[in-house]
Amino acid sequence: MHTILANTQLAPNVVRLDVVAPRIAEIRRAGQFVIVRKGRGAERIPLTIADADPARGGITLVIQAVGKSTRELAALRPGEAIQDIAGPLGQPTELLERGHAVCVGGGVGTAVVHPIAQSLRARGVRVTSIIGGRAKEWVIFEAELRALGAVIVCTDDGSYGRPGFVTQALADVLADGAVDAVYAVGPVPMMRAVAELTRPSGVPTIVSLNPVMVDGTGMCGGCRVTVGGETKFACVDGPEFDGHQVDFAELADRLGTYRLFEREALERHEGPCKIGLEQ
Amino acid sequence: MSNDLTPKERMAIDRQHMPEQDAGARRRTFTEVNLGFTEQLALLEARRCLLCKSPKCISGCPVLVDIPRFINFLAAGNLPAAAESLLSDNALPAVTGRVCPQETQCEEVCVRGVKGAPVAVGYLERYVADWARAHGVGAEQPSAPPSGKRAAVIGSGPAGLTAAGELVKYGHDVTVYEAFHTPGGVLVYGIPEFRLPKQIVEDEVERLKARGVKIECNVIIGKTYTLRELRERFDAVFIAVGAGLPVFMNVPGENLKGVYSANEYLTRTNLMAAYAFPEVDTPILTGKRVAVVGGGNVAMDAVRTAKRLGADEATIVYRRGKKELPARIEEIHHAEEEGIRFEFLVAPVEVVGNAEGWVTGLTCLRMALGEPDDSGRRRPVPVPGSEFVIACDIVIVAIGTRANPLLTGSTPELKLNKWGNIEADERGATSIPGVYAGGDIVRGAATVILAMGDGKTAARAIDAYLRGS
Repeated sequence: MHTILANTQLAPNVVRLDVVAPRIAEIRRAGQFVIVRKGRGAERIPLTIADADPARGGITLVIQAVGKSTRELAALRPGEAIQDIAGPLGQPTELLERGHAVCVGGGVGTAVVHPIAQSLRARGVRVTSIIGGRAKEWVIFEAELRALGAVIVCTDDGSYGRPGFVTQALADVLADGAVDAVYAVGPVPMMRAVAELTRPSGVPTIVSLNPVMVDGTGMCGGCRVTVGGETKFACVDGPEFDGHQVDFAELADRLGTYRLFEREALERHEGPCKIGLEQ
Repeated sequence: MSNDLTPKERMAIDRQHMPEQDAGARRRTFTEVNLGFTEQLALLEARRCLLCKSPKCISGCPVLVDIPRFINFLAAGNLPAAAESLLSDNALPAVTGRVCPQETQCEEVCVRGVKGAPVAVGYLERYVADWARAHGVGAEQPSAPPSGKRAAVIGSGPAGLTAAGELVKYGHDVTVYEAFHTPGGVLVYGIPEFRLPKQIVEDEVERLKARGVKIECNVIIGKTYTLRELRERFDAVFIAVGAGLPVFMNVPGENLKGVYSANEYLTRTNLMAAYAFPEVDTPILTGKRVAVVGGGNVAMDAVRTAKRLGADEATIVYRRGKKELPARIEEIHHAEEEGIRFEFLVAPVEVVGNAEGWVTGLTCLRMALGEPDDSGRRRPVPVPGSEFVIACDIVIVAIGTRANPLLTGSTPELKLNKWGNIEADERGATSIPGVYAGGDIVRGAATVILAMGDGKTAARAIDAYLRGS
C-alpha cells in the first residue's frame, strides 16, 4: 500500500499527489513512469514521475482527472492509499551534456517536463521553459520551473503571460538561436506542432508519449507506436522518442481506442457526462 | 468395487469421459468447461491402470510424478494416500491436471494406448488434486530445519512457484518477486478462467505463503532492483521471468485499432477481468467477427475467449493444416464444439481498416505444404494469386512470444543465446555463480509442466549450492 502524503489542487481537474514509494523515489530518473492501480477492479494506469523526495520516501504524480480512474485517484485524501505502484519504468531521458535546452510543457505535460528540466539544470545545461495552458488557472509548475531558469508562460486566452500557443513562443526562442535541444511534453497536437517547428532546423526534439498501456513492461504491446517507420513499445523503448520520427497521427488515433468505454465508465461513475472527454 | 482386479478385468474397462459443460451453454460463460470426474468415474478410470512392472508413464512426465503409485491408491479408494503421493511429486497438480498436454507426455506412452485409449492420467491427477484442495491436504508438508540461507525467485509463474515451494521445503528463506500486482504469472494473465479457474492459483499461492514463502508484487527486477543488487542481498537467485514479449506479424496495418497481441487480449480478460466491464475499470474491444492468427494453445485460448466475449464468428487463421496444430487436442476439440471456425493453410499479409482507423479485415494468402523445415513440419508455401480477405473487426496475433529483455538487458554478465534466452545448464545454472534460471526464459515459449520441471531441478541445484556441495 502506498499512502498519500498530500493532495494539492494545481488547476481545474488537475491535482498533485505526493505518495509514499521509497524505492522508486530513491532510484527514479527523469523521463520514467510508474504503473498505478488504485485497488481491486481498478485499471493499471501509466503516470510519469513529476518529482521525488528520497528523504521523505515520496514521489509526485500529477493527475488530470478526465476519466473514472483518474478522478478516483485525484479524489484520494492524505492518509488514504493506492494499492499498487510499480516502477520506475521506461528509459530515462537522454539528457543534453551542455548548452541550452528548451523545455516545452503543455497543460499537464508541464509536470512531466519538470524532472527533465531539473536534471538538465543539475548538470549545468541552461534551461528555458515554455509552458502553456488554456487560461491562467491551467498553468502549473511555474514556480518550480522558474527556479531552474527562464520561463515563458503562454495562455490560449491571453489571461496570463503571452497570448497564444507555446509553439509561437518556441519559434521566437529558436529565432534567437543557440538552442541545442527541445524537450516537449503535452497533448499530441502540441508535440506534433513542436516537432514540425524544429524539423527544418534539425534541432534535436524529444517528446514523451502517453499511449494506452496495461503492464508497462513490454508484455502486452498495447503501447506500440511507429517511430522512424518501425514499431516500438513506448513502455520499454520509450516513453521518450525523437519527435521528428514519431507517427503522431497513428498515436492520436490509437489513443481513441477506448473512448466509448471511457465515456461509459465516467457516466456510470458520475451520471451523464458534462465535461466531454479529452485525451 | 475392489481394486483386486485381473489385467483382463482392467482391460475390459473403457476410458471414462470427462463431464463437460454443454457446448452451447458454455460459449458465453467463463466458468470452467471440464467439470471433473465424479468419485465413481475416477475409481473406474483408475482401475484401468495395469500397474506395469516397468511403467513408461513416469519418464513421460517432466516432473517424474510416480503415476501408478497415486493411481493405485486412488483405485483402492485411499484418497489421502493418493493425495500425499501426488503432492510429494508435483507442487501444482490441480494446475497440471488441467493444462498439461498429457497426450504427448504420460498418456502418449501408456501401454493401454497401444490397443485403445490410454489411462486418463490428467483427469485422475485433477481429481486427486481437487480432493486434496477440498480436504485441506498438503497444507502442512514438512520442511527441513531452517538453513539460514536466503534465496530470491524472480517471477511467480509455474517455474517460480515450483522452485519457491521446493526451496522452502529444503529449509531456505524464500522471497518471490512478481512484476504484476497479482502472483501467478501466465497462470493468471494467460490461461483463461474456463480452463484454469484463478481460485486454484490463488489457493496454491496461499499454500506457499502459509509455508513461509514471501511474495512481493509490483517489483520489476531490471527496473526496481537490478539482478546484481538482488544477488548481493540473497545467497542464490532463480530467474523464472518467462517469455513475455509478444511477437507481431510485421505486416502493414498491424497498428490499426482492433489489433491485439494475444498477451494483451488475454491479460485484459484474465488478469484485469475486462469481461466484467464496467463492473471493473479495464475495457476490452469486443467484435462480432474475430480472427486469431496462430495455432497453439494461446491461439485457442484467445479464440475461445473471443467467443465468450460475444463474437458471432471467431476464426483461427493458421498457416499449416489441422494435423500440424501445436495446441493440445482437448483445446482443439473444445474449440470445435464451441463453434470456432478454422481457416487452415492461410497466412495473413495485411490488416485492412476503414478511414477511422478501425480494423475491417485480414488479407491472407492460401498456402500449400512443401518440404519439411527444421521443426520437422512441412513448410507452408504461398499459392500465387490466392489472396482473399477475411472480414473481421478484431485481429488477435498469437504467433508466439520471445524473451523479455527487461531483466537480461540490464545484466550484461548474464550469458544469453542468440534468441535472447538465458543460457543455463541442465541443472539451471547460468553464467553467474549462484544465479539459476528456468522455464520459458531459458527454453523459449514452452509448457507449464516443463517450466515446473525446471523449477524443481533448479531448486535441487540451488539447495546443493547453498549447502556448499
